[in-house]
Amino acid sequence: MNRSIKVYSTPTCPYCMMAKKFLKDNNIEFEDIDVSSNRQAAMDMVQKTGQMGVPVIEIDGQFIIGFDKERIKELLEL
Amino acid sequence: MSLYDLIIIGAGPAGIAAAIYAARKRIDFIVITEDIGGQAAYSANVENYLGYQFISGVDLISKFEEHIKKYNVEVKENEKVIEINKEKDIIIVKTNKDIYKSKTLIIASGKRSKELRIPGEKEFKNKGVSYCATCDAPLFEGKNVAVIGGGNSAFDAVLQLAKIANKIYLITNISYFTADAIMQEKVSAINNVSMLKNTQVLEILGDRLVNGIKIKRENREEVINVEGVFIEIGLLPNSDFAVGVDKNKNGEIIINSKNETNIEGIFAAGDVTNIRDKQIIIAAGEGAKATLSVFEYLSKK
Repeated sequence: MNRSIKVYSTPTCPYCMMAKKFLKDNNIEFEDIDVSSNRQAAMDMVQKTGQMGVPVIEIDGQFIIGFDKERIKELLEL
Repeated sequence: MSLYDLIIIGAGPAGIAAAIYAARKRIDFIVITEDIGGQAAYSANVENYLGYQFISGVDLISKFEEHIKKYNVEVKENEKVIEINKEKDIIIVKTNKDIYKSKTLIIASGKRSKELRIPGEKEFKNKGVSYCATCDAPLFEGKNVAVIGGGNSAFDAVLQLAKIANKIYLITNISYFTADAIMQEKVSAINNVSMLKNTQVLEILGDRLVNGIKIKRENREEVINVEGVFIEIGLLPNSDFAVGVDKNKNGEIIINSKNETNIEGIFAAGDVTNIRDKQIIIAAGEGAKATLSVFEYLSKK
């Protein structure tokens, strides 16, 4: 199944790294959006979610705030 | 419901070390935790853990995780302990998902960021209010921000924000800053920082996102326009669920040299306890000690 998965992150955020590692370990492809270097993406993220904190994970248009492993598993049916 | 020999609460350095020792002793146990790593994951650089001259907190934790996985430890993740009780010789652990029974318990639940407990703080969490400058600083490029606190972590947050934010207000409610001299020197060399002592933060203001804070200094209230508020006022032990267990005035669980608490069968280890030094290497050692004490306790029973 083709899914759209984006991880909005900053290079220094521990739970962003953990979230990305978790996806990699489960062989899930995702787009890593570094909001510290991509201002437009940062503004999009804030606009869409009302959140000023990372990580934010977008799975098929649904947003997960923080590294919520259970919710990720649920949405990805892992 | 099965009766375990041991339940470990927490999976930071103390909980993970306790689990590895328990697995090697073939103790029948589980780990219940909200996350893996705890505060240690937030350490940007660790340079004082044996075997690594330099490693990030996240990398060190993933090494710990690999180590624990080698022993097929049953870890109940994303699970929060709400209550513990002891009935006769059985310890009952109630979480947000289930109830577990065990002969012994190691509390290694660590610490969490302390909150200011002022209006607006909860509402605007992750909407401008942050407890992790390392994570969220890059989102505040060109914006005015406030850092609340006066210790090393507050000064560290200022240093991280210095090149990103437009202006930084560093605010403490006492008459001096407690950060190390070297940190204070570094911060005073930055020209976009305004340091406010004897200043109370009364409220965090905003609409959808934070747009200001109400402060009080010299008996006068005023509003400063900031879009980010970084709260760095220290840590609190995650010991609220441990009712009946003796704690000191800071809420830390009181243990003896064998990691025993006042309740027989309940042990504690790491940053949640009253041990003086909160260090990854010390927490790991305390976790190991706690399991060895549990092993001795179970053998005598």
